[in-house]
Amino acid sequence: MTGYVFRRFLQSAVVLFLVAIIMFVMFHLLPGNPAKAELGPKAQPQSIAAFDKLLGLDKPLWYQFWVYIDRLGHGNLGFSYIQNASVGLLFAQRFPKSILLVGLAVIVAIAVAIPLGIVQAVRRNTVDDYMLTGGSFVLYSFPTFWLGIILIEIFAITLHILPPTAPEGTSLGQILSDWQGLVLPVTTLALVSIASYSRYMRSSMIDSLAQDYIRTAKAKGVSQRVILLRHALRNSLIPMATLIGLSIPGLLSGAVLTEEVFNYPGVGLLFVQSADSEDFPVLLGLTLVAAIGVIVGNLVADIGYAVLDPRIRY
Amino acid sequence: MADTVPLPEEGVKGLEEPEFFPAGAAGASGTFTAVGAGTIGAPDRFEGGEVRSGGSMLRMTVVTFVENKVALAGMIILVFLVLFCFVGPHIYITDQLTLNPAINNYGPSGSHLLGTDGEGFDVLGRLMVAGQSSIEIGLAAGLCAAIFGTLYGAVSAVAGGLVDAVMMRIVDALYSLPALFLLILLATIFTPNLPLMILVLAFISWLGPARLVRGEALSLRTREYVQAVKVAGGTQSRIVLRHIVPNAIGTIMVNTSFLIADSILALAALSYLGLGLPDTIPTWGGMLSNGTNVIYDGYWWQLYPAGIAIVLTVVAFNFLGDGLRDTLDVRLQRR
Repeated sequence: MTGYVFRRFLQSAVVLFLVAIIMFVMFHLLPGNPAKAELGPKAQPQSIAAFDKLLGLDKPLWYQFWVYIDRLGHGNLGFSYIQNASVGLLFAQRFPKSILLVGLAVIVAIAVAIPLGIVQAVRRNTVDDYMLTGGSFVLYSFPTFWLGIILIEIFAITLHILPPTAPEGTSLGQILSDWQGLVLPVTTLALVSIASYSRYMRSSMIDSLAQDYIRTAKAKGVSQRVILLRHALRNSLIPMATLIGLSIPGLLSGAVLTEEVFNYPGVGLLFVQSADSEDFPVLLGLTLVAAIGVIVGNLVADIGYAVLDPRIRY
Repeated sequence: MADTVPLPEEGVKGLEEPEFFPAGAAGASGTFTAVGAGTIGAPDRFEGGEVRSGGSMLRMTVVTFVENKVALAGMIILVFLVLFCFVGPHIYITDQLTLNPAINNYGPSGSHLLGTDGEGFDVLGRLMVAGQSSIEIGLAAGLCAAIFGTLYGAVSAVAGGLVDAVMMRIVDALYSLPALFLLILLATIFTPNLPLMILVLAFISWLGPARLVRGEALSLRTREYVQAVKVAGGTQSRIVLRHIVPNAIGTIMVNTSFLIADSILALAALSYLGLGLPDTIPTWGGMLSNGTNVIYDGYWWQLYPAGIAIVLTVVAFNFLGDGLRDTLDVRLQRR
């Protein structure tokens, strides 16, 4: 177990290092040169020279890479001259809002997907199951942004029950006090995840129900309810822990589109706005942070899986 | 989206099906012994039998569609869509080249069955033309990704050792960049035209096939007939192209179907974000993006048809992939 955790950490470190190389290459692929990207097209020649010296742009490539890693190591993600703020600061301002959106969406998605998956597994290959499976298939094929727009069309414009845009507040407290504005964005992001979560829950549950100990429990006369909840469900939840880790990249991508649709001031909206203004330091910095999030998320999920299921030996 | 978690396989095999278990996003989770004996364990179920038994490719295809209703449904939807997009414009003739602001935003009527859009184009006619480019771009991007990913995965497996390790860690690293982030970044750096857009879309989706094919190739390369080629002095490229790729074709076909669906969705997302192709190339995503600007005006005919077309197409390709996968498994179980 310790050996496995150690190996897994090492692997993540290697992947992280490669991600840094990829981002370094992207930094050099940028139109113009790195100094122009960070300081702006109107930067003074002196400041460009100073910047080039700071990044070691007159030195060999390996040295530049070392400077890049050193900057990252000190938490320096770059500087946006367009917004006149460091990328780290911009990220820190937006991050809690995105976590709130994604976190709520995941909770809602799980709360719906687990019962849905159980129903599908118990009633598998019946009309109900086919309807639900077909439904999740269609939902899975929806463009996220269109789903959001449809919800706005129905609930905000036609029925007038919910506001069409997300809360405008700058602090988490303000956003939460305007919770009606959160309903549609959270629903949008949750619906997309429910489609894949419930499919997994269904497979996982069918898998558990086919085990010998379930048959033994049945033979002992244990009630259907206890068999489902205590024996099958608990074992089916273990793979779900990994699934949440695996779905992080999808959630992040979904959050970008959802935040854009509802004008929700999170990291995703910052990313899209930076793409519009060609603010490359922000784009590169946020992509790197997203990648770190994915790597850490997967690491936690994998180790969590090993901890949750002692039957697994590595 | 391109990196949403792939749907698992039906039934019991669901969670131990490493090929389709997205060990993908889990970085190097191939080291699991339980879930992901992953890349290495997958082909076990191919042991003891040729995948393609009984008759020609054509016959196999026919049998696949007759036996599998899901694949058949996907195929029927696709045939309908192709007829709609490619034959439709010859029957329902509209002018999709000249702007006609005089008749913009008309509701559905006898002369414009689905109304007109903000520039006066007939929406039904535009749906057909835009469908041509959307399907073509999706197909091209999916095929490019599948071909490159297949070769990459096969070469990695055949090369083995350090080369394999380095090649697969690169895949792991790229996998940890969320697809939409990478897509937006690339689209902003390159401002893609048509061919470049296909390459950008392919670039975010070749990782899946690379992993799948590598997994399959790892088991294939230890088979006797591949060993025999090696002993007989066959080159590595011969092993890859003549033996590994043809034997992994089932996996590749299934995956390509999903890749096409993902590419169509990714292109639509880019169009919505204003990073898609110029308006001179109409796409469903572009139509949908314009439609989202007028929801407050109640022009529903500009918002729904293009979205429904995208969902139908994506569902069809997902059905097709899912159905093909099930059929392949059924054939194996029967042996």
